[in-house]
Amino acid sequence: MNDAIARTEILARIRSANAKPKTMSAVDDWKALPRQYRQQSTRDLASCISLLEDRLRDYGAGVHRSARGQVSAGIAAILRQRNSRQVLVPAEIDRRWLPQQFAFVTDTDLSHGELDACDGVLTGCSVAIAMTGTLGLCHADGLAPEQRAGRRALTLVPDYHLCVVESSSVVETVPQAFEALEPYKGQPVTFISGPSATADIEMTRIQGVHGPRVLDVLIVD
Amino acid sequence: MAAPNSAADFPSAALPLLRNVQLRDNVRHATDVIQRKRSRVVGEMPDWEMLRDSAQRIREHTMEYLADYLEQFEQNCTAAGGQVHWARNAEEANRIVIKLAQNATASVIKIKSMTTEEIGLNRALEAAGIQPVETDLAELIVQQSHDRPSHIVVPALHINRHQVRDLFARTMNLTQLTDRAEDLTEAARAYLRQKFLQTPVAISGANFLVAETGGVCIVESEGNGRMCLTLPRTLIAIAGIDKVVPRFRDLEVMLQILPRSATGERMNPYNSIWTGVHPGDGPQEFHIVLLDNRRTEILRDADARETLHCIRCGACQNACPVYLQTGGHAYNSVYAGPIGAILTPQLALMREGQSLPYASSLCGACYEVCPVKINIPEVLIHLRGRIVQQQPQLQRTFGLEAIAMRFAQWLFLSEARLRLAQWIGRMAQKLFIGNSGWIEKLPGMLGGWTRTRDLRPMPPQSFRAWFEKRSESSTVRNQGKYE
Amino acid sequence: MRIALFITCYNDTLFPETGIAVVRVLERLGHTVDFPAAQTCCGQMHYNTGYQAEALPLVRRFVEVFREHDVICVPSSSCVAMIREHYAKIAVASGDLRLQADVTTLLPRVYEFTELLVHRLNVDDVGATYPHRVTYHASCHSLRSLHLGDVPLRLLGKVRGIELVPLQKLDQCCGFGGTFAIKNADVSGAMLEDKLHCIENTQAEVCTACDNSCLMHLQGAIHRQRKAVRTEHIAHILASEGGSAEPRKDTV
Ligand code: SF4
Repeated sequence: MNDAIARTEILARIRSANAKPKTMSAVDDWKALPRQYRQQSTRDLASCISLLEDRLRDYGAGVHRSARGQVSAGIAAILRQRNSRQVLVPAEIDRRWLPQQFAFVTDTDLSHGELDACDGVLTGCSVAIAMTGTLGLCHADGLAPEQRAGRRALTLVPDYHLCVVESSSVVETVPQAFEALEPYKGQPVTFISGPSATADIEMTRIQGVHGPRVLDVLIVD
Repeated sequence: MAAPNSAADFPSAALPLLRNVQLRDNVRHATDVIQRKRSRVVGEMPDWEMLRDSAQRIREHTMEYLADYLEQFEQNCTAAGGQVHWARNAEEANRIVIKLAQNATASVIKIKSMTTEEIGLNRALEAAGIQPVETDLAELIVQQSHDRPSHIVVPALHINRHQVRDLFARTMNLTQLTDRAEDLTEAARAYLRQKFLQTPVAISGANFLVAETGGVCIVESEGNGRMCLTLPRTLIAIAGIDKVVPRFRDLEVMLQILPRSATGERMNPYNSIWTGVHPGDGPQEFHIVLLDNRRTEILRDADARETLHCIRCGACQNACPVYLQTGGHAYNSVYAGPIGAILTPQLALMREGQSLPYASSLCGACYEVCPVKINIPEVLIHLRGRIVQQQPQLQRTFGLEAIAMRFAQWLFLSEARLRLAQWIGRMAQKLFIGNSGWIEKLPGMLGGWTRTRDLRPMPPQSFRAWFEKRSESSTVRNQGKYE
Repeated sequence: MRIALFITCYNDTLFPETGIAVVRVLERLGHTVDFPAAQTCCGQMHYNTGYQAEALPLVRRFVEVFREHDVICVPSSSCVAMIREHYAKIAVASGDLRLQADVTTLLPRVYEFTELLVHRLNVDDVGATYPHRVTYHASCHSLRSLHLGDVPLRLLGKVRGIELVPLQKLDQCCGFGGTFAIKNADVSGAMLEDKLHCIENTQAEVCTACDNSCLMHLQGAIHRQRKAVRTEHIAHILASEGGSAEPRKDTV
């Protein structure tokens, strides 16, 4: 097959371009790469959370806080404010979060059309990066229910996303987030920083293109 | 000078663009905005230089062990349910994609990808009866206006909102459309929504391939990328073999430098990382085409291989004072600006785009902003050297420029000859001195100078003559070795 | 201190007054200036245009001519950049081990003029008087290759009577770029227009820089368009003692 010929030839060409003998194995050379950049946090949790809040707001996301045990009330208040009725949730969601007075649609392999018919989606968050205002969404089995965000289409098709972030999932730096996700690195990960946006027309930033146009974050202390 | 074989060379392609006031205003505005945002978010990173150092070394390391990493990627991606294809050139890549798409669909949705531009995929798909639909707003604008992208990150920065309104009003049949950016964006959203939900095949590029996991990473803003990566049944990604990074963790560097450099954001709205096929989540068929298309040629040239370190952030374009004047189209190439000036001629095996390495004043602004520290001015000079070297023997010997350079060298290799030349110059310049007492028109190659500039004539006495006269004693006499 | 002056080929021929000003400043500070007469050109034009083979003999010549000199002063940051950034690479490419060793010992002895004053001679007040409104243009090489930073401005700041006005878009190239100005004359001209516009906005009488190459470029358009501002190499300002600060006839 053509593919196989191409493969052999490309690899051979690379090897001949790199023919100079190496002094180290790839693994050792990789380990010796400089990593002087910031990896660990220099802030305490409270200041991380307020930085996260600040950065999220900067992207135009709505930010709310709630005490542990008050999550369901917090969610109810936000959904009421957004006037969301048909709210989607991943099957593994922490059921205690869900306020009684709303009808939630549990994702059981819904079709694209069914997802599109929902007003919004409610998920957890695997890791949140304060410095960049980023929510890391993953759906691996090893994650606790409050850290799971469902399959990728859930947080994409509906026009509204409410994301609950446990304070224990908040880190300051990007490298810390990668450390946290390391065990799930084969699973799909989506990093979300604010609602979808474009600046393609005259560099005017417009919020909300194809992904959810409105993003709310509820931080649980 | 070596003339390119096809397409207008840079100086002549630049000319009409320099006269296009509207275009230059658009380019200036866009690059100004991104530059300002970039310097703000880069400024708030105390470890920016360390990130650049790491990024540079990661890229360098990857290139040194590229074959191993590609094999590793292939193995891991395959184990995760993906199918890996290899293409030596554009034709092979296009053929693979067409074959995969042909039986499944009449149209495909596409994520903005420079690589697919590079191989002319859209044209090939159309020729095979498959309609490609660009879903990135800027690419949609470019595609619908039958234009070419003019910037890596903001491909339509040369088109303003009035022009977009007229375009969409026509192509989407929206006569009431206003020219507010919000309304134009909304129009694109509505136009693409059903296509996202129904089209069975998507085509994407890739920002990074992770050797360790077989994963692929795509960085975007609008969510069109996620739509394409998540909703269709089949996903086909095309990636240059240079896109690989060794490990998952290396993304912690790349995802910090890329968005800040590209759009001036701390993080772009969406980054997706996936690995092969995930049951119940996203496309259930995933193909990736690994494309050489002469990248291995670049790898061969020790002085230019850092070109392959590029992560296509576009920062060098925004910082470039030449790009600022002309925009991207003067480069007559998929890749414009400083990166285009080094990448394009190399991708053409130095047979085309030979004017591009000269389309730079070597000011170094590109190198200063490049997040992976590609020393673009050095590569430009190196490529100029290759262009001179590959001139046909006749031109290398008797070409005007070659003769001038050798003659200048001959003068500089002797003080006596230099003095004589200075004397002759003072005599000869009298022919060109205008009424103002300055030189206003020079002949031949030098005429470029006097098109917009005068030249002060050489003063009657050179510095060396002055120094000699004033004090014989402190002049170090010729030490004998040189004339 | 004995200081060897590398005047550079284009200053020697086109801007002898810059060399004269450099000599005046250094002598006023009590130093002795040598001028090795065999010097010609650093090879920058050849090298940057792609004629790297032709540059090599010029590099050898430079190394030889300045072999015995401990401190070498160059009133042109682009020539210093050529030496610092490329000589070592050229030597390696030549395969000549002796040349490589020579370049290694040469590099720490080469100073750009303002760099020499501030970093080596540790002066920022050179006793100049220059009662004019002046704006400083940072050449790309001074900015990005030599990283001169505020060195020239520190020197200018100490000049008596001077009124310094900052230039907008200081880090943007004026469009000279050696043979670029000829090969891409139109683009170069457009860049030059932008720079001129910024200079005019300062309403300065004088635009100065560490490089006569940029200044020649600016001056060429200023003269063509009969603009009021004039250009002066920084050495000229630092050499001025008030009375002699009048513009030279030939630059008006
Ligand atoms: S060369 Fe550097 S600055 Fe230019 S696009 Fe590539 S990575 Fe970005």
